[in-house]
Amino acid sequence: MTRTTVPVHLDINGDHHELQLEPRVTLLDALRDRLGLTGTKKGCDHGQCGACTVHVDGERVLACLTLAAQVEGRTVTTIEGLAREGEMHPVQAAFLEQDAFQCGYCTPGQIMSAVACIREGHAGSDEEIREYMAGNLCRCGAYPHIVAAVRQAALEVQS
Amino acid sequence: MRDFSYLRAGSIDAARQAAALPGAMLLAGGTTLIDLAKCGVAEPETLVDITHLKGLDSIEVSERGATIGTLAKMGHVADHADIKSRFPAVSEALWQAASAQIRNMATIGGNLMQRTRCPYFRDPSNFPACNKREPGSGCSAIGGVTRGHAVLGTSDACIAMYPGDLAVALVAFDAIVHLGQRQIPVDDFFLLPGATPDKEHAIEPGEMITAIEIPSLASARRSTYLKIRDRQSYEFAAASAAVGIEFEADGRTIRDLRVALGGVATKPWRARAVEDALKGKVLEPDAVRAASLLAVEGAVDHGANHYKIELAPRVVARAILKMGETA
Repeated sequence: MTRTTVPVHLDINGDHHELQLEPRVTLLDALRDRLGLTGTKKGCDHGQCGACTVHVDGERVLACLTLAAQVEGRTVTTIEGLAREGEMHPVQAAFLEQDAFQCGYCTPGQIMSAVACIREGHAGSDEEIREYMAGNLCRCGAYPHIVAAVRQAALEVQS
Repeated sequence: MRDFSYLRAGSIDAARQAAALPGAMLLAGGTTLIDLAKCGVAEPETLVDITHLKGLDSIEVSERGATIGTLAKMGHVADHADIKSRFPAVSEALWQAASAQIRNMATIGGNLMQRTRCPYFRDPSNFPACNKREPGSGCSAIGGVTRGHAVLGTSDACIAMYPGDLAVALVAFDAIVHLGQRQIPVDDFFLLPGATPDKEHAIEPGEMITAIEIPSLASARRSTYLKIRDRQSYEFAAASAAVGIEFEADGRTIRDLRVALGGVATKPWRARAVEDALKGKVLEPDAVRAASLLAVEGAVDHGANHYKIELAPRVVARAILKMGETA
């Protein structure tokens, strides 16, 4: 069977992109390989690690299990779209201040997840933060500092 | 992942018709289907995307019960105020399932279509034998590493565990699956493997889940979902229990009891023997523990999963006693 590409219109960080993609191309691969937005990481590529976390219509999802064609007409935010006029997002600043990473590979996913976690109102205690950040694995084991960063950012965002 | 054609359905009828064609599958949240396509387990010719259909994601709760549209997201249902207050076990099963990201993607209808996590099923290149994937090819799990396999509802053809949480709560409270023209009890929606483990659901080509209905029950209002697992979060159940209880006016005698098990069976497993043994009795720890042993009547282990036969009754007993404390 001959396969054809399909036109896909994507709205990423406020920019509009017209791409021709095979239907099987995931949002993750479209971001990294076609748009050069490599801040979103490919970890397991099976929805188990959270490294590819982005926001679709303001909610955190996994770009590795989302087809690019599925998000047409929706707004996508990646780690590259968080800062405002050169100012880091409070969650980015908190990760820096709390030293909430070692190798940094999971960090963009952690930060995208944390921004949503706080917005959802699921950052009320360390226990709740741990539960609602459980979908983001950190193989360096920086978890205590990640929890501290989310707690700090939650207080700053809410105040 | 093999390539496929992509169709965006414009209506429920169009989705049903397109998905009835050979090689076509419905695509909702994609958290199972895209994953399995990457594993080489699902090889669709065409994906029919239903996520852009309007009006299928509502959550309506009334005195009669809850009706949840098929495209409602797991996370939204878990956080819904009326679901939390009237069906706590449903909310708890949902927020203890998967991760926040997956719960924002996965739909309620898609959740019922979730496939097993059996590692042999998920790995066709290394394990060609799998009766669920290729009927008649054999079962690689029997005689293999079985720590995560079922002890209840198994057959000679398949011991794959049903991995979900939500449906465990749904079978406890007699939820109904709406398939457009017809409705069936959720307990009948899930099929035992028997000789045809490839057939997991009582759904036919051209049918689509449109909604889940959960009747209002006093036992659903006082309910919980207790999930025991290897990790504290983001892990499938080693054993889990959905339990709901209704007391007589004395606050001690059990009028209605609902018990269902997850993590131990080939389908969401209603434990009616436990319910029947305790209904009409005063809630008392020793009686609860004795009755809970009935949850694993007929269980068969395959070595490494033997622990589930001991664990499951303890999970059931703990959940029932926890609900008793709130009386």
